[in-house]
Parts: sequence; structure tokens; C-alpha cells
Amino acid sequence: MGHRYFPHTPEDVARMLERCGVKTLEELYADVPAALRLKGEYDLPPQMSEQEVRDYFAALAEQTYPLECFGGAGFYDHYAPSVIAYITSRSEFLTAYTPYQPEISQGTLQYIFEYQTMMTQLTGLDVSNASMYDGTTALAEAMMMAVAAGRKKDRVLVASTLNPFYREVLDTYAHYHGIHIDTIPAKEGATDFDALSGMLDGAKDVAAVIVATPNYHGILEDLTGVADKVHAAKALLIVSSPAVTLGAIKSPGEWGADIAAGEAQSLGMPLNFGGPYLGYMCCTKALMRKLPGRIVGATTDADGQRVFVLTLQAREQHIRRDKATSNICSNQGLMALYAAVYLSTMGAAGLREVNSLSAAGAHYMAEALTATGVFELKYPERPFLNEFLLRYKGKVALSTFVESFAMSGIFAGVQTADDELLVCVTEKRSRRAIDDYVERVKLFARQQGNV
Amino acid sequence: MNKKYYGKVVYDLSHPGRRGYSLPQNNLGDGLAQIPSDLLRTEAPRLPEIDEPSLVRHYNNLSTNNFGVDTGFYPLGSCTMKYNPKLNEELCSLPQWQGLHPLQPAETVQGALHAYHALGKALCEIGGMGAFTLNPYAGAHGELTGLMVIRAYHESRGDGKRTKVIVPDSAHGTNPASAAVAGLKVVEVKSLPDGTIDTEALRGLLDDSVAAVMMTNPNTVGIFESSIPEIAEMVHACGALLYYDGANLNPLLGIARPGDMGFDVMHINLHKTFSTPHGGGGPGSGPVGVRKGLEEFLPSPMVAEVEEGPFGATYKVVRPEKSLGRISAWLGNFAVELRALAYILSLGRDGLMLAGPLATLNANYVKESLRHLYKLPIDRVCKHEFVFDGLADKSTGVTTLHVAKRLLDHGFHAPTIYFPLLFHESLMIEPTETESIETLDDFIAAMEEIAREAASDPETVKNAPLETPVRRPDDTAAALEPKVSYFDL
Repeated sequence: MGHRYFPHTPEDVARMLERCGVKTLEELYADVPAALRLKGEYDLPPQMSEQEVRDYFAALAEQTYPLECFGGAGFYDHYAPSVIAYITSRSEFLTAYTPYQPEISQGTLQYIFEYQTMMTQLTGLDVSNASMYDGTTALAEAMMMAVAAGRKKDRVLVASTLNPFYREVLDTYAHYHGIHIDTIPAKEGATDFDALSGMLDGAKDVAAVIVATPNYHGILEDLTGVADKVHAAKALLIVSSPAVTLGAIKSPGEWGADIAAGEAQSLGMPLNFGGPYLGYMCCTKALMRKLPGRIVGATTDADGQRVFVLTLQAREQHIRRDKATSNICSNQGLMALYAAVYLSTMGAAGLREVNSLSAAGAHYMAEALTATGVFELKYPERPFLNEFLLRYKGKVALSTFVESFAMSGIFAGVQTADDELLVCVTEKRSRRAIDDYVERVKLFARQQGNV
Repeated sequence: MNKKYYGKVVYDLSHPGRRGYSLPQNNLGDGLAQIPSDLLRTEAPRLPEIDEPSLVRHYNNLSTNNFGVDTGFYPLGSCTMKYNPKLNEELCSLPQWQGLHPLQPAETVQGALHAYHALGKALCEIGGMGAFTLNPYAGAHGELTGLMVIRAYHESRGDGKRTKVIVPDSAHGTNPASAAVAGLKVVEVKSLPDGTIDTEALRGLLDDSVAAVMMTNPNTVGIFESSIPEIAEMVHACGALLYYDGANLNPLLGIARPGDMGFDVMHINLHKTFSTPHGGGGPGSGPVGVRKGLEEFLPSPMVAEVEEGPFGATYKVVRPEKSLGRISAWLGNFAVELRALAYILSLGRDGLMLAGPLATLNANYVKESLRHLYKLPIDRVCKHEFVFDGLADKSTGVTTLHVAKRLLDHGFHAPTIYFPLLFHESLMIEPTETESIETLDDFIAAMEEIAREAASDPETVKNAPLETPVRRPDDTAAALEPKVSYFDL
């Protein structure tokens, strides 16, 4: 009997059982009908020593190959300063729960307050919540929030250029929540806002319009005049951007959006095979009391000091139950700390530089790849930041190309169609790595007789 | 924990011209010059400007005003604040995981898919279920996903009438909230005075408009619902499915499995039962299990075992036709899943068999030690947690809130308070199995001391906490005039 995580000696157990007035641990379960009891033991291996568990993980890790990453599509490989891992591993942060007791949780509350401030700055909106699970669910929550704010309205218009994973999550939530989604068509890879005007014309049931920029093709959408159109139809505008790009591109607030929601993994979080990430959600002051999730606010304590608390809790599930603005209970506390430390480290200048370096690498690479003759830009007239969609002109299958690159330790990009490759460049991709990629494309083309 | 309040936010330390970053240069010019200027920000975001040493000191100072499981005893009911093993932190942070892009070719991520599959299989064994998805990001997200599975099941049978979910009045607040998000109407069923579900009242509510009944067992007062086989039978007889809220699974480790009790769909909180850290509110993970026959409705993507070749099984990511759809970007909070897998391997079947009984022992030990001073509304053997209805002696005016706040002065985190809603002064205590008898004795002594003090010097208790970094905050002012950003201050 025993395990290093359990302090109990047989003597301890005996003393404790005596206090409880029973003789065996078994007696504590007398109310569990015999028919329901687990027969024998679990069909699992016996306990492993630390070293054995390490070896088990080492064997798994050996079958796992992180690649030089030219893929994005919602998951971005930006540089994470070393201070982030150090600070986020402090167990006072790591092993705390939701800050229900503010007197002993100021650390968590203050970094969430910092995070909220920084996100309102990035999005150009008034209020941020304490974070959500990830970008896809944050956008789904934004959709539901807009529908709740729109009272009887149950239709949402979503740009066709939204990342399909995000769209699928919206579709799932919409289906079960009784929301109808219509798709706004695209022209040359960007949302067709003339078509949107037509869709909004005379529509009485549209609660929100959802647009992403950069969109799934990496294209920066021009949202000039869009907010006016949307507001004229008494709907809300929701804009979604990878958080790091907001250090450079026009913010949702500047475009006149009412809600900004999306993925903040790009703010210092590792790729980690898809999670944990960080959903962000910000809105205008007018919508503050509709915002889902936790919110931290400043107040004073009994001694008059500036302190921080969870606030506006009347919106939440533990008070409102089925009338709550959302079922979300937790936030992504620790991941909000990643973002706060990242943004404090980078500052506005560093964040601009991240985007500048990424964009420079991407434009350089797009040009060099086009020059090989193997690829061309699918939408050459459209502006992009650091991700771009290529049309593949080679003879052998594009999937073969992607696989051959993987064998050489390179993730060539995300294949979005038989002949389309979505390539992403971050500041982590050196000029040499880009040149190497391009040379390999040429070599591949020669070997396959493509040119 | 440092009792001195640090109190600064990072913006207080900002100083123009300071910087904390360094980036490699690619000598390709300013990439933003390639982009039409009307698509770029006109004004830089106001972010802190701070050097690295000051930044590190700032966050270290913040952390010293925070209380975690590694700081001390955290008996927060229904939250299962058990020890978070350090090995798990090491193993989930390997560079092979951190650098892995989800959309890399499947051949390059086999180890990750194997880990996902292995954890799902272990959870099937522990939950008595047929299949698990690990995609939901948290417990509440798991509830929502589980209810979507249930709706997908009814839809697949062309059964469109089922629009209601029955939830006990003692349920976690997320249950009714998740049902509402899933587009279902919530009907509450009352509890009996002993805290268990009123099976006769339940029977009266069951008809062909009910999609599901949500329960947690043991329930939120820590009592095992012994009539669960009968409940399962009547729920199934009316064509509804039975949902298990896994928030309270911990005491059943080694004892009983939700699948064997008749539950069709369940979620597990990896951040509770399987020791992953709560991270100040997240990231959690809320895997959803279903009995055989419902697996085709689980959310996509899923991980499928392809073949058992000479070098072992291979795995691929699939999207089954009847899947309810996508509820997350990819395969959930992968790094959290890795921690849970490490925990299950570390404990093994023998360790897991012990975890539940020791959690139950710890809870009963605390309950029996304090029942003479605190009102015990339900006097039965509890499981992992139990509820006091405030102090036994209510004449002093000292409430549950005061007791909770005074506990902070004694160096303990407070229990969950004013939940469940069945009692006016709920004080919900869950010690978990990783606490020693000495820690429990210290906690008991503090609770005794507070009860004595409530009689001898009630004003002191009512003014608590007195020795924490900050005093009681003014919640009303915070909500009345919300200051939610530094620039609101």
C-alpha cells in the first residue's frame, strides 16, 4: 500500500478510521450497492516509478517530429521569450484556482487585470473579459452574445473567408443554440462587402456579421464602411484576428467593430499540438453586461488600498444558472499570464517588429516561390501580412511535395485544396531557412521534372 | 505567502524607452511597408515598456501574493484541489510537444496521437465507457459537448420532441447553463431533506419531452445516490439519456464506474480527478465519454487507431460522418492531456484504487472532527466532500462568509461557500487524498479556534481577514462603477 503522492501510513489510516467510527475503508462505501462495485481492479498497468514514466514519454516523443514551421492556418509559431516559461511555471500561479478569495489571490487578479488592459489596447475596444478557451469557442461565444443582445434576432452572417475550423465550431454551436448562419460570398479571396449590403438590405433578423482579418487566405480585409452598413441594419459587427497581428494592423475598434473575439495563442504560447491556447473577447462599453466569462475589476479594500476582484458576477452561471450569459465557468487563467508577460516583454515596439519581420519574410518568400515557376500567388492583387495562399503548378501531387518536405524536417505549409498551399512566415523563420525552402522547391521541381 | 501587499500592476512600472525583447533581424526591410497604410494601425497600442529584470521581479512579487495548492491546504469543495505532480509539468513541456503544429503530416505526430489515444483508453476503463473525446477544453465545455451528443442521438432517431433537461436543484451551476447553451429547457427536480434526488418527483417529470437527466454522483453534498440503478432504469424507460457530471468522480476511483451505474454520457475534469493544475482558472480539460453505440456522435476530429503494424499501431485523425461537428480547434488542451496521462501512469491501477478511498477517508475525518461545532445538515457517511450549514451556534451573528475569511488568516484557503444552494450557510469542504493527517489536524484546530472566537470575540471574526496581503474588497463599488482596464483607473 502507498504511493509518493499519498501521505497516509497504515497507522494514520487506522487513527482516522477510528475517528470516523468505522473499522475499514470499505465501510465508508457501504452505501454503494454491491452490484455497482468495480469488480477487481482496473485493467491498467501497475504504478510506475518516475523513471519509468519518463521513459514512456521519451518513447512517445521519439515518434514525434517538430518541423521547421511554415504552416499557420490559425496556429502560429512565433517566438516566445524565455521569461514566459519561467514566470508561468511559478506554482503560486500554476496551482491556484479561480480567484474566489481575493485577499489571497491578488497575483492572479492583477495579471488578469493587466491582460484585460492589454487586450483592450490591441483590439481598440473598451472592455475585455478574463479570457476564454480558444479562438474558435471565443468566436462562438461572441456569436451567441450578439444573438442574446439582439433579442429576437437569430440570424448571423459569416464571411466565407473565415478559417473553416472556426466556421465548423460556429456551425455546431449555431445548430444547437438555434441560430441561422448565412455565408457572405468572397471575391478574389476577400469578402464581398457589396454582397453583404444586399444581404443586410431590409433584413430585420440579422444579429451580427462576422469577419476575420487577416482572413483564411492570409488576406487583409478592407473593412472601410462595413461597420456603418452593419449598424444601419441594427446588427453588431464581430471582427476576429490572430492577436499578434493587432500590433500592426488596424484594430477591430478602429474599424468600428462592437465585439472582437479570436485566438491569442500567437502571444507567446507554444504550438503544443493545438492546446492549451487562449481565446480573447473584447467589446464596447455598451455591451459590457452581456460579455460572457470572468471579468476582473479594480476597487478598494477595507484599508483603502487599490485591490482587484472578480466583478459583474451577476452575468455568470453560478448565480444565474440557466439564465447566464454563457455556461463558461473557468477562463484560461495561466494562458492569460502567458499573454500578459509576452506583451509586457515585447511592448508596442516589439510587437510591431514581430509583424514587420514576419511580413518582410513572407513577402520575400512569396516572391521567391513565384519566381520558381512551381507556385503562383492565388490572389496576387490582395494585400497580406505574413500568410499567403499559393496555387501549385507542379505535376506530382501537392501532398507528395508536402510529405517530401516533412521528410527533410520542414512543414511546407497547410494544404487547403488539391493545388493550394497556405504558407506562413513568422519572425522565427530566418532568411536562410526561407532560402533553403526555395532551393528545395527548385530541387524538387527538377527531380520531378516539373519545370 | 507574503503578507505584505505588492499591489503594483505592470503598467505602473512602464517607462518610455525601456525594452524587454530582442528579435533576430532578417535584413529584409520593414515588412509593413508592403501593406497599404489604410489597413494598418494609426496609433500604437499602449503596452508597458519595461526591461527584463524589472519584469521578472514584478511577476515574482505578484506571485508572492497568491495562494496555490503548493502554498497550503485548499479544501475548496467540488474543485478537487489535489497535489499537482511536478513530473507531469516536466513531461508535458518537452520540446517535441511544444513545437508541434497540429496540421503537420500525420507521420510526424504519431507520438502525440498515441498519447491522446492512450489517455482516452484509460479513461474508458476508469469511466466504464465505450469511447472518449478529449477535445472539450473544460468541465463546462464537456457538459455542453455531452448534451450535444445527446441531442445528436435523439436527432438521429428523428426524435425532435425532446427539448428538456432535468437537473437536480443541488447541481453545479454549469449544468443548467450548459443545457441552455445547448438549446435545451431546464427543469429542476427537488432534493429530499437528505440531499439525494427525489426519485418519485423525478418519475413525475419524465416523459417523451425529456432529452436527458444530468446528475453528479456523489452529489454536491457528498452523498452517494444509492438509487441510481432505479433512476437509470426509469430515465431509459422514457427514452432519455442519463448524463454524469464528472466533477465529483474522485471518490469513486477504485470503487465504481459511471458506465456501470447506467450513465450514457459523462465528462471528466482532468484538472480535478487527474491532478492537472488549475492555473488560476484554466486551462482545464473536460473529456467526454459515451457508452458503446454513441461513439459515432462524438465531436470531430477524432483519433483512430489504423493498424497494428510491425512497429506498433499507427494513428490518424478522422472526422466520422455522424459526428456532431467541431467544438474546438483541434484535439483539446493537449498539454493538459499529457499531464493526466502521466498521472494515470504514475498512480497505476493500484494507486488509482487507493485515491478514491483515501479522499473519502480525509473528508469523513474532517467532518467527524468538527461536527460538534458546525451544523451538519446531512448526517451520513460522506464521500469526497461534505457540507456544513454554518456554525452550530448561530447566535453570535458570525456567518459562513466570516468563517471563510477568518480561515485565510490561519493560512488556509477557504472552502466553497454558499454552495450548494440547499442550505443558507453552506460551507463545502473537500480535502482530497493528498493531504496528511497533520495538515487536516491543523485545519481542524483552526476551525475549532474560529468557532471559539465566534463566541468570545465575534467582531474580530466578522472583520476578517486581518492578516492577508489585502483586506476585504468593496465588491459593490467594483460592480457599480466597473474599472476593468488600467486606463479606467
